[in-house]
Amino acid sequence: MAILINKDTRMIVQGFTGKIGSFHAQDMIRYGSNVVGGITPGKGGQTHLERPVFNTVKESVEQAGAEASIIFVPPAFAADSIMEAADAGIKYCVAITDGIPTQDMMKVKQYLRKFPKEERMILTGPNCAGTISPGKSMLGIMPGHIYQSGVVGIVGRSGTLGYEAADQLKELGIGISTSVGIGGDPINGSSHRDILEKFEQDDETKIVLMIGEIGGPQEVEAGIYASKQMSKPLVAYIAGLTAPKGRRMGHAGAIISSVGESAAEKVEMLQDLGVMIAPTPSAMGETIAKVLAKM
Amino acid sequence: MDIHEYQAKEILAGYGVKIAEGGLAYSPEDAVLRAREIGGNVWAVKAQIHSGARGKAGGVKICSTLEEVELAAEAMLGKRMVTHQTGPAGKVCLRLYVEAGTDIAKELYFSFLVDRSHERIVMVGSAQGGMEIEDLAENNPDAIKKIYIDPAVGLLDFQAREMAFALGLDATQISHAVRLISGCYRAVRDLDANMLEINPLVVTKGGELVTLDAKMGFDDNALFRRQKIAELRDKTQEDSREMAAADRGLSYVGLDGDIGCMINGAGLAMATMDMIKLAGGEPANFLDVGGGASPERTEKAFRLVLADEGVKAMLVNIFAGINRCDWIAEGVVHAVRKIDMKIPLIVRLSGTNVEQGRKIIADSGLPIITATTLAEAAEKAVLARNEQVAKEGAA
Repeated sequence: MAILINKDTRMIVQGFTGKIGSFHAQDMIRYGSNVVGGITPGKGGQTHLERPVFNTVKESVEQAGAEASIIFVPPAFAADSIMEAADAGIKYCVAITDGIPTQDMMKVKQYLRKFPKEERMILTGPNCAGTISPGKSMLGIMPGHIYQSGVVGIVGRSGTLGYEAADQLKELGIGISTSVGIGGDPINGSSHRDILEKFEQDDETKIVLMIGEIGGPQEVEAGIYASKQMSKPLVAYIAGLTAPKGRRMGHAGAIISSVGESAAEKVEMLQDLGVMIAPTPSAMGETIAKVLAKM
Repeated sequence: MDIHEYQAKEILAGYGVKIAEGGLAYSPEDAVLRAREIGGNVWAVKAQIHSGARGKAGGVKICSTLEEVELAAEAMLGKRMVTHQTGPAGKVCLRLYVEAGTDIAKELYFSFLVDRSHERIVMVGSAQGGMEIEDLAENNPDAIKKIYIDPAVGLLDFQAREMAFALGLDATQISHAVRLISGCYRAVRDLDANMLEINPLVVTKGGELVTLDAKMGFDDNALFRRQKIAELRDKTQEDSREMAAADRGLSYVGLDGDIGCMINGAGLAMATMDMIKLAGGEPANFLDVGGGASPERTEKAFRLVLADEGVKAMLVNIFAGINRCDWIAEGVVHAVRKIDMKIPLIVRLSGTNVEQGRKIIADSGLPIITATTLAEAAEKAVLARNEQVAKEGAA
């Protein structure tokens, strides 16, 4: 099953003909993703990577049946592109773009809320590596070959730390159902909790690894959900033990600005909620293996 | 990005917010001149540094003669002030703000902040001003009023009124307060601020509302469209290495430890620093070289890390996704050859083309310590650091 994307999911690329969009679209096609075209306003009617270019997302939905999109549009225009996708009836959107203004993201979230829940587009990112259902489909910029197919669901903020986790699991012969990057920004499309809900409903996923970091309330909110409503075990690692208060550690959202946002505090709260903690980043794989062995 | 109090006040004045009369001074003579221009017989001399809690660090002085103004200015200018917000290095005071004294009857707290869990701007107020909101939140959370702003419609007048009443203002002050609150909101919205704090907002003995201190912070991601705000950046208030890194497109944060780090990706960087700490060491910095770590970029990153003279060992941890390890390895070898490195270097490569990458490091003949896992890399870095410290101690 996997979540969010599958072998047949019809995908488009927003910012298709640009350098970055082209590079990753090609990579996704090579991986086997069902890329049905892309959007570059003003280049509609052209062909790129042997696929049609559309002027608007709406045209791609009408003419190519697009269901999912990935956004490589520059930060100043990215929020608009996300809302265009939502308006056109795209079901799932990954925003790769790093550097979208916070107030733009507030507008995006407010815009998405105006749709009834069952029709509302799911957004992950921005500032993320995307989503991969190993062996099936990839809507992202990750190196597909390090992901083995299996039963672990991964949700995380960081790209390369997610790769590290996938690599550790592969070394142990453990595979992944879907890995979802929710991005490092303070306001993002989907929270850890939103993705946990999806994994809880997915037959293929038996256990979930949450890779969090300092800043914001999302990891603890996810822990509360897991303790109350999840039947599947949750393992978590929180990065940023050494981060001083008030300093931004790369990601726009990775900053300890109030009580409960440090790594140590989050770990303590998650432990109290019964979430299994990977004590070090190099123990993410083995902690999953331990829990799996007992199941 | 943070700005100074006087800059925040200038911005707010432009949005119709009442501020006390004041002027900027770069020298004690300037300060006296400003005080004379303002007139009256009480002045506040305030150090302009990017930090709150300046009072405790000797950065705010109430003066009742021009001599006192001059002495206060002399004491503050050029001084490095340490508060709990500046870190141990403190921030140097190069500008002063001289302001007319205000008759304070009551101190209030008022701010706009980004609330991450509600994904909205929140307006926060308390009738108990002056102290830090975090302390207030801990000791007396009921004294804090929060009102969330809908991004589609913005702040509404009734919300501003609700806040004014919550601040304990009386009927005659409400319309003035609503003007102040909506002016502040427009500044936040129009300029992409992610923080505006007026603490304290004071009620004078004459019943007037005056913005006594003002702090504004702006969304770095939005500076591209806020050129005038970007120009307010004061580089003297920021870490020079962090500024240099930012100018080179690298994300760097200086820390107190002595193991230098170069990593790709913010999450992996934090995780690697965690591993160093768990192995018994302390990281000297956070450094994310980003996705496309070209040889030039790698060399810049090396120079940046090694510019910190306290660094006793350096750890490179790269997980090559879009990147290739062989390419990274070439960059590392190139950087080490070009820079005369005097401290041990530990390199851990993983991901795409890892075998070729490791071979390039091994074949280089350079004394590079290699590791295959994250844990091994951190342990080796701490060990190498300890040996280096012992060696330097013996010499």
